[in-house]
Amino acid sequence: MKAIDPHIHMVSRTTDDYLKMAISGIHTVAEPAFWAGFDRSSADSFRDYFHQLTVTEPARAARFGVRHYCWIGLNSKESENLKLAEDVLAIMPEFIDRPTALGIGEVGLNKNSRNEIAVLEKQLALAAERNELILIHTPHLEDKLKGTRIIMDIIRADARIDPARVLIDHAEEHTIGEIKDRGFWFGLTLYPNSKGSPERAIDAVEIYGTDRICINSSADWSVSDPLSVLKCANEMRRRGHPEPAVNQVFYENPKSFLGQCPKFQAD
Amino acid sequence: MNDPYRPLTAPQVLDLYFIENRSRVLDIASFLDRIDRYAGADEARAEYRYQALMRTLRLLVESPGDRTREIQLSLSDPTSEPLDSAVGLKAWGAWEGVPHEGN
Ligand SMILES: [Zn+2]
Repeated sequence: MKAIDPHIHMVSRTTDDYLKMAISGIHTVAEPAFWAGFDRSSADSFRDYFHQLTVTEPARAARFGVRHYCWIGLNSKESENLKLAEDVLAIMPEFIDRPTALGIGEVGLNKNSRNEIAVLEKQLALAAERNELILIHTPHLEDKLKGTRIIMDIIRADARIDPARVLIDHAEEHTIGEIKDRGFWFGLTLYPNSKGSPERAIDAVEIYGTDRICINSSADWSVSDPLSVLKCANEMRRRGHPEPAVNQVFYENPKSFLGQCPKFQAD
Repeated sequence: MNDPYRPLTAPQVLDLYFIENRSRVLDIASFLDRIDRYAGADEARAEYRYQALMRTLRLLVESPGDRTREIQLSLSDPTSEPLDSAVGLKAWGAWEGVPHEGN
């Protein structure tokens, strides 16, 4: 089968992973800008990172026949530093204009603090002004429910942003219903040990349907699996779901959401 | 391709997933036994995360049909007021309660 991984941090993966993904059927990926595992000291670090996302990584992917797209943004873990945030925001438009950048993301909240909210609001305003697609990172664990609600309230308060052009990622059983009811797309993340399993993701497909759902690996530098979307597709298949439904969730849905940006083309 | 959807039956689901979930229950049991066996067991059992886990085990039995969502909600911060600062903070997996002075 063919699948798209709409959220994977390839800068943290080896070249071997590109080969494994390519021969397994993942020929298109989208990589959000995220936290590097440490706090960066200046906007220059982000300039280099955004260059890596928009130039280096698409070239590395192309050697394996994988199409690589990215999202540009300042993650919430580095949003407590308002001066840094201001400097990073100033350089973002230059990179969002690049040919493989799909929009602003992953931006959102981490601990639901006032500074995180202030920086998110600025990035959402930039997205609204430019009519960019938005990829939202929701907080982890006990902070997810509260953060998801705060984020949705902020977005819904800005009439310029169409919820159909926003994907709220890392949704879980207690947030999916509220996200879907408000008209957003939602993402489920397959992360060994700490987040969702393939079994729980397919339970969500069965409970909430195949509309507006994208399933991703979020594979990065931590315990994660770049082939997890295919393992999840197999879980759906072994439960007896028809092949067109599997294809919709793992290929057509990410293609529809990401394809709202005219720069996107799926392989 | 285009096979008609043949959903599993509940007995088939039981058969398909029984062994791995039997193993998960034993993992939880041995995790709790390990805490009991090690020094400082009383302190660990009084901690908010241990207490939160115990509440989830009760929900496992008491909320048929909606266990997963109920457990997720029981572990979540239900408040809506933003924090003044996130500096030095991280997520622990369960909500400790409303912060108060000296906490
Ligand atoms: Zn991510």
